[in-house]
Amino acid sequence: MDLSYNPEERAFRDEVRTFLQDHLDSRLRERVRSGQRLTKADYETWHALLNSRGWLAVTWPPEYGGTGWNAVQRHIFEEECCAAGAPRIVPFGVSMLGPVLIRFGSPAQREFYLPRILDGTDWWCQGYSEPGAGSDLASLRTRAVRDGDHYVVSGQKTWTTLGQHANRIFCLVRTATAGKPQEGISFLLIDMRSPGIEVRPIVLLDGEHEVNEVFFDNVRVPVENLVGEENAGWTYAKYLLTHERTGIAGVGFSTSALAELKRIARAQRKNGRPLADDPYFAARIARVEIDLEAMKTTNLRMIAAAAQGSAPGVESSMLKIKGTVIRQEINDLARRALGPYALPFVSEALDAGHNETAIGPDFANPLASQYFNNRKLSIYGGSNEIQKNIIAKTLGL
Amino acid sequence: MDFTHTEQRRLLEETLQRFLRDNYPMSLRHEHAAARPGFSRELWSRFAELGLVGALFREEHGGFGGAGFDLTVLFEGLGRALVVEPFLATLLGGSLLAELGTPEQRSLLAQIIEGERLVSLAHGEPQGRYELADVATTAERDATGVWKLHGSKAVVPNGDSADWLIVSARIHGEQTDPQGIGLYLVEASTEGLERRGYATVDGGHAAEITLDGVVLDESAALGAPGESFAALEKAVDQGTLALCAEALGAMQTATDITLEYLKTRKQFGVAIGGFQALQHRYVELLIEIEQVRSQLINAASSVEHHAPDRRWQLSAAKHLVGRVGRLVAEETVQLHGGIAMTWEYDLGHFAKRLVMIDHWLGDTDHHLEQCAVLGRDQPAV
Repeated sequence: MDLSYNPEERAFRDEVRTFLQDHLDSRLRERVRSGQRLTKADYETWHALLNSRGWLAVTWPPEYGGTGWNAVQRHIFEEECCAAGAPRIVPFGVSMLGPVLIRFGSPAQREFYLPRILDGTDWWCQGYSEPGAGSDLASLRTRAVRDGDHYVVSGQKTWTTLGQHANRIFCLVRTATAGKPQEGISFLLIDMRSPGIEVRPIVLLDGEHEVNEVFFDNVRVPVENLVGEENAGWTYAKYLLTHERTGIAGVGFSTSALAELKRIARAQRKNGRPLADDPYFAARIARVEIDLEAMKTTNLRMIAAAAQGSAPGVESSMLKIKGTVIRQEINDLARRALGPYALPFVSEALDAGHNETAIGPDFANPLASQYFNNRKLSIYGGSNEIQKNIIAKTLGL
Repeated sequence: MDFTHTEQRRLLEETLQRFLRDNYPMSLRHEHAAARPGFSRELWSRFAELGLVGALFREEHGGFGGAGFDLTVLFEGLGRALVVEPFLATLLGGSLLAELGTPEQRSLLAQIIEGERLVSLAHGEPQGRYELADVATTAERDATGVWKLHGSKAVVPNGDSADWLIVSARIHGEQTDPQGIGLYLVEASTEGLERRGYATVDGGHAAEITLDGVVLDESAALGAPGESFAALEKAVDQGTLALCAEALGAMQTATDITLEYLKTRKQFGVAIGGFQALQHRYVELLIEIEQVRSQLINAASSVEHHAPDRRWQLSAAKHLVGRVGRLVAEETVQLHGGIAMTWEYDLGHFAKRLVMIDHWLGDTDHHLEQCAVLGRDQPAV
């Protein structure tokens, strides 16, 4: 039993830390830390910085321009990025589609698309969920009908995160209706500028435009944009989901959020003393801190197993559930720590360059909004209830 | 990072598992727990022969283990089978003897490791709850160097059958002052020491002990008189770690039994494990148990390396064990239904032990408070 990093891992951690210290723009860092809105350009700048160092595609093998890192290195990188206040890597191209193309795409697809993901030419979004297909994803109905050298796609996708920035979308579409629902699904790559596509914003309860609906009205897609085999898309989708779930525990995010919560609790007062010294509030912080400390090691145990080559199984479902519940609890405490100053909300203050005096403590403005936004964590990526179904199934229940 | 155990510890695990499987049916456990002294002396000798008592202590003290992960491997195995033999009492008393004993006092340790003599720690008091420094029992020394002890000790694990007791007493200072506490190695048959033994609700045995002018000569003092708190804390830390591991073992057996039941019990014409309401409740237990396992690793590692944050890690583990132990106990009973309420069915006994472990060495609330007071960022010295 040894919970520490070995010398090579420590050296790697120092290398990442130094790189971020030297190159991550301090204004961007501050905006991430203070919970401000990030623009498309912010993400693009961050991707370009990582790409310049060869560190953008952390799950890809080196022959495709990836890092070839093992699970431990990927974990260290994620930890350091969060600690440094870096934006997240937009996952759709790099973390989701990339691995699918590398595993199932044609040589032509890999050659064309992978470099464009790395250099930022393409911004991908994900076309999975539909109004009638959420947790029951296999019931999706967006149809793709073969017509000569094209598929003609009609239907609707939803919850398309940052689709407003995207020029391409990877979609699960129905190409057959006979047999089990999973057996008639195909994986298509679609140019968002094709005629017949319309993107409409969905404003979430925090008032933000983060997700979209995407409508397809007889959109013509060249057959060479089919990934792998027709009607085998479900297999690729499941493979993608396992990649979506690496790092699912969100340890880095929770660690930063907990540190922020403690700063807030020390700054806020109750009966003239720091809120952090209030026994009841201190106990609530301690409780979630204990949960996080345990989960960090659960995460490391899974990472160590993955680095030994074992495939992620029920563990990723467990981490998804526990990780999201912990993050949500920290968000809840941060909101409570503010007392009445959780109420004021100035949307413009989330934009870069806003310089009006804050209402209440200067850290207060985004926190209630973040709490509401992060209610999504236990819903997306396969809801926590779906994860429990998955675990139950593997137990033979 | 490496989350595998050493070859020696895997061997320890296997030896224990095999022995318990072949020699420790639940019916026998109940039989021994029901009669005095509340466990089997014969089995205790055999545990000792197998080196399992020695696994509690370091080599320099005549044992074969004694490090954090030796304790967790051993106690997890004991917890799986709900063993009632006095491992915890031996660990608490024995490690103080090992830590503080003179060569002469330590000769007793050899007999303990061989299973011939039993020792326990008589520290807790009726008013003390879980506060380690709350010691009202007094020790006074007269001009000739003779000590005299007065006071009461509460819920001493296997205190009714121990041959020797390590008794804490206040030499000077306020009742809750960590300074001024002394430890004494006292033979249970000493005049003025009265024991009232009893069974505990979860199948163990303990005793209330009264010290009414117990006279001890100088050689009975264990360690420097008045400066025993740090050693006491260290022994209790080991005991805490052991209890957490025992709980983890019991949680695993409880959920194993429950899974089997969910798959075989039929109602409405189908196995009840097919119902989503039950599936989700069961899965939640497994998730929480993995958290306990992780925090136990954190705690054992911090004890083994004497890490500055070890007290926080231990309290975190004991808190989590308390919280999850109760959850597992209540939920596994509920998932079964009426059958789990019967004495005859094994599960309920695991549930009882899981709930009652919380009452040894600090409960869920006590350790949460410890974590809040210690603070993760301000490690103990």
